[in-house]
Amino acid sequence: MFVINCPYCGERDQQEFKAGGEAHIERPKQPTELSDDEWAEYLFMRKNIKGVQFERWNHAHGCRKWFNMVRDTSNDEIKLVYKMGEKPPLE
Amino acid sequence: MKNKYSVFSLIKNAFSYHENWEKAWKDPTPKKEYDAVIVGGGGHGLATAYYLAKKHDMKNIAVVEKGWIGGGNTGRNTTIIRSNYLWDASAGLYDHALKIWEGLSQELNYNVMFSQRGVMNLAHNLQDVRDLKRRTHANRLNGIDAVYLNTDEVKKFCPIINTSPDIRYPVLGGTLQRRAGTARHDAVAWGYARGADEMGVDIIQNCEVIGIKRNGDAVEGIETTRGFIKTKKIGVVAAGHSSVIANMAGLRLPLESKPLQALVSEPVKPIIDTVVMSNAVHAYVSQSDKGELVIGAGTDDYVSYTQKGSHQIVEGTLNAILELYPIFSRMRMLRQWGGIVDICPDASPILSKTSIKGLYFNCGWGTGGFKATPGSGDLFAHTIANDEPHKLNAAFNLNRFVSGDLVDEHGAAAVAH
Repeated sequence: MFVINCPYCGERDQQEFKAGGEAHIERPKQPTELSDDEWAEYLFMRKNIKGVQFERWNHAHGCRKWFNMVRDTSNDEIKLVYKMGEKPPLE
Repeated sequence: MKNKYSVFSLIKNAFSYHENWEKAWKDPTPKKEYDAVIVGGGGHGLATAYYLAKKHDMKNIAVVEKGWIGGGNTGRNTTIIRSNYLWDASAGLYDHALKIWEGLSQELNYNVMFSQRGVMNLAHNLQDVRDLKRRTHANRLNGIDAVYLNTDEVKKFCPIINTSPDIRYPVLGGTLQRRAGTARHDAVAWGYARGADEMGVDIIQNCEVIGIKRNGDAVEGIETTRGFIKTKKIGVVAAGHSSVIANMAGLRLPLESKPLQALVSEPVKPIIDTVVMSNAVHAYVSQSDKGELVIGAGTDDYVSYTQKGSHQIVEGTLNAILELYPIFSRMRMLRQWGGIVDICPDASPILSKTSIKGLYFNCGWGTGGFKATPGSGDLFAHTIANDEPHKLNAAFNLNRFVSGDLVDEHGAAAVAH
């Protein structure tokens, strides 16, 4: 269990949040043009990184807003949270 | 040839205070080259090596394990074995395993303590009742034993369940697979390791894979913490770390690795002689031969490799357990732990060739791989040896995520994933 700093509500218990998986997976701009391989890539393939990865989280039992998180999956340490639509940090 | 384990060897060794048992497997240093290397020394990996040597005559093979054998999910699961899956492909796969379980102790000359005490799955609402009845019919059409029980029959089969209509999620019925049960998880890894070792397989512990060397579209070998090992065939059976290994070969997998927790209570006298699982409230319980209640909780929803998991998951499971079994209200829990499970989008495993020649993956077992250990090893060995899947694992190829031919067991497989 860890404490998450919601960009809208501040520090809250992890219990209030729902993880939404890998962040910055772009919805296909032209879905009708996509090949089966590209669909598989978009729908199913995930980085599943052991280390620092970008994720989406939702403050489900709070403000119910979505936001992004940079988190180290090898020790559950949260590096950074930032709002939806903001550019991911480079490092 | 290893000495046979028997009551006579037990008596004989008693005279020397059990200090002279021969080692069950050697501790070899890695050779320069093998015909095949299995990455991951859990039950599935060791079983793969065992069947490669036994059925496909590949003796020059190695199993490399970053820690100690059976120290990952093999030693962390709740040891439940069943084959009551909905879809034909899954039924074929899991019942193949169950049939091997039934003769495994004799085959390995190693007591895996397989106990067919039955697995009961509970229904708590009308949809559960419909789903479970449908699954019972599907199972029987596939030749898998299954019966549907009403509330009274559930109570009769496991008298400590609270079947009062007044609880939050009342028990409306359940299914029972009598051939299902449990086994001793460590013994499965040790038995396969001993059997494989006897046939000349090198089991190399404390040897972590740090890279996969490719030559164009084919593999050339693996880089490990104990040096480079040349091989043309690599079978990856790395469970939660499958994506990490895939990444070394430049391959993408449809997996997410999440913590799954379990816990055991203090040991008590026999109180529950079967396995009871509940999908809707996500709680399952059985009793080990030592007398501990073995309780399985759910997965967390975030990716993590920490083998920990969140407290509220355990809390939710114990709430459900107490509602269903008020008799356990004063039990104390002894230990809690987590394992990292690799979950596929369709909650079915991948036993498959890949786009890279000589690289095979056995992964995606998610929350329920233990039950499949012997079948998984057998079919994966077939796939590696023949460079073609067996008909029982053909549906579990990696390409199904491109073709859309998923084996969707999410919610269908008698337990929530």
